[in-house]
Amino acid sequence: MQSLGSVAAQDRGASTPRIHTEAIFKIDTVGVAYNGNQAVRDITFDIFNQEITALIGPSGCGKSTLLRSLNRMNDLIPGASVSGTLLYHGEDLYADSVDAVQVRKRIGMVFQKPNPFPKSIYDNIAFGPKVLGMSGNMDDIVESALRRGALWDEVKDRLKTNAFGMSGGQQQRLCIARALATEPDVILMDEPCSALDPISTGRIEDLMMELKQDYSIVIVTHNMQQAARVSDKTAFFTVELDEDGSNRTGRVVEYDDTQKIFTNPSDERTEAYVSGKVG
Amino acid sequence: MSGAPKSELLVGSVIPPASRGAHLRDIGFRGLLIASLGASVLVLGTLIYTVLEDGLGHVSLDLLTRFPSFNPKIAGLESAFTGTLWLMAVCAAFIVPVGVATAIYLEEFADNTRWWNRLIEVNIQNLAAVPSIVYGILGLAFLVRGPISLGRVVLAGALTLGLLVLPVVIITGREAIRAVPPSIREGSMALGATQWQTIWRQVLPASIPGIATGVILALSRAIGETAPLILVGAATFVAFNPTGLDSGFTALPLQIFNWISQPQPEFKLLAAAGILVLLSMLLAMNAMAIWLRNKYERKW
Repeated sequence: MQSLGSVAAQDRGASTPRIHTEAIFKIDTVGVAYNGNQAVRDITFDIFNQEITALIGPSGCGKSTLLRSLNRMNDLIPGASVSGTLLYHGEDLYADSVDAVQVRKRIGMVFQKPNPFPKSIYDNIAFGPKVLGMSGNMDDIVESALRRGALWDEVKDRLKTNAFGMSGGQQQRLCIARALATEPDVILMDEPCSALDPISTGRIEDLMMELKQDYSIVIVTHNMQQAARVSDKTAFFTVELDEDGSNRTGRVVEYDDTQKIFTNPSDERTEAYVSGKVG
Repeated sequence: MSGAPKSELLVGSVIPPASRGAHLRDIGFRGLLIASLGASVLVLGTLIYTVLEDGLGHVSLDLLTRFPSFNPKIAGLESAFTGTLWLMAVCAAFIVPVGVATAIYLEEFADNTRWWNRLIEVNIQNLAAVPSIVYGILGLAFLVRGPISLGRVVLAGALTLGLLVLPVVIITGREAIRAVPPSIREGSMALGATQWQTIWRQVLPASIPGIATGVILALSRAIGETAPLILVGAATFVAFNPTGLDSGFTALPLQIFNWISQPQPEFKLLAAAGILVLLSMLLAMNAMAIWLRNKYERKW
């Protein structure tokens, strides 16, 4: 694991090999069901600290479903239920004593479609720190978040203008900066570039590479090249039909270092998908 | 192309001409629609014209600064005007918090798979269509007399009008809240905001223009209501301004009603002037609603 990870990292020009001391998420036989229909089942893998983990697979295979169970966003969907064990820093995310709001403070999320609040750029960033009651100078918090989101230079002169006036790519970086402002330690990204052009996508990928120095990132993507470019580990999902063909359930076929998934996968289904034969 | 003669040959053979009957029906329907529009505009126009003709000469500051009198030469509607302002202010103070809170509950918290929530919804929609006289009876039986026994005062009148227009506020409030896209709520919750913080700081501010429009439209319905006020006992001859919630009162529509039923023709002209005052207030309120709606109209 460790050596493969460092090889992968060096391939992308990282100067020091990464050492994984800690699995930030331990996902153990996790399943998610909506109103009794199993959307994913038997998911077991670990997500490591300061890495980018990509979830890939065909549409409807439950990548987003699993992602949303990592910060308990599935709680907001009536009828959703999670089975199995999901440990975050060794703590059961779905224990009775755990408050979903507290979970989301630590685990930020960026959505498929940029969803800035209908407020100024400044207020978009300041919202999270304000509701969490973070102390410190708000101007500094906003500037720091926008710098980390690689947006500061573009917007520093128009912080008070409405965020809807930004381009789609800027809006998405604003949403990333907004998530960073609350000092999470994991950022979940649900197809963050699917609504963006290639140039904006490139900027967000650069940003992700920078962010993984300080954060762990889990990204769902339909873009195979994107997974290959940015991620350290990749989980390949597939869809299985019930015997009667009525219910589609997602499962993980293979989880490994990204380089291995893309160059030498163990499972032929993975190979067929990443090489573009199916999908 | 040497197509000119050729295309002449083709006319009507590929695309058949419209049938004469269909064309006539088209014209007929359009005429019918214009006629119905014309009829309603004509009625409204005549009404406004008559009122303007009778009343315009009597609209003056004196009208607004004099109290009712048996002498039409010195009669005014100050007490009715301030009474209406009192009613509207108290009514707004009642319907905004209650209506918005109900709308929030029904949109954000109520699980509409439960029968009691569905029952509440159906009832609110039905209540919006209950005749205003029924609210008057309710106000008389419960607010003026009966268990609450407020007497014939501003508070009783305003609450009765409030109950009457509350369904409008709730229904428009729900629509405004529903128009805030779920992605805003998700974005807020994903930052670690609680459901209440999300509602208070994101959903409500984004839906305020819609809610405000609903409130103004509700008040513009309340301002013209006469029947329930007669029942809850607003007096028609009040020579003083309301001094508080427990004060007796009258209101513009009642004053107009009173003047119209007087035998002297001068009072009819005063009534027309009163109608103009009421209409201007209505127009101003509706204009504000439209302005609010356009100014804050959002494209998500």
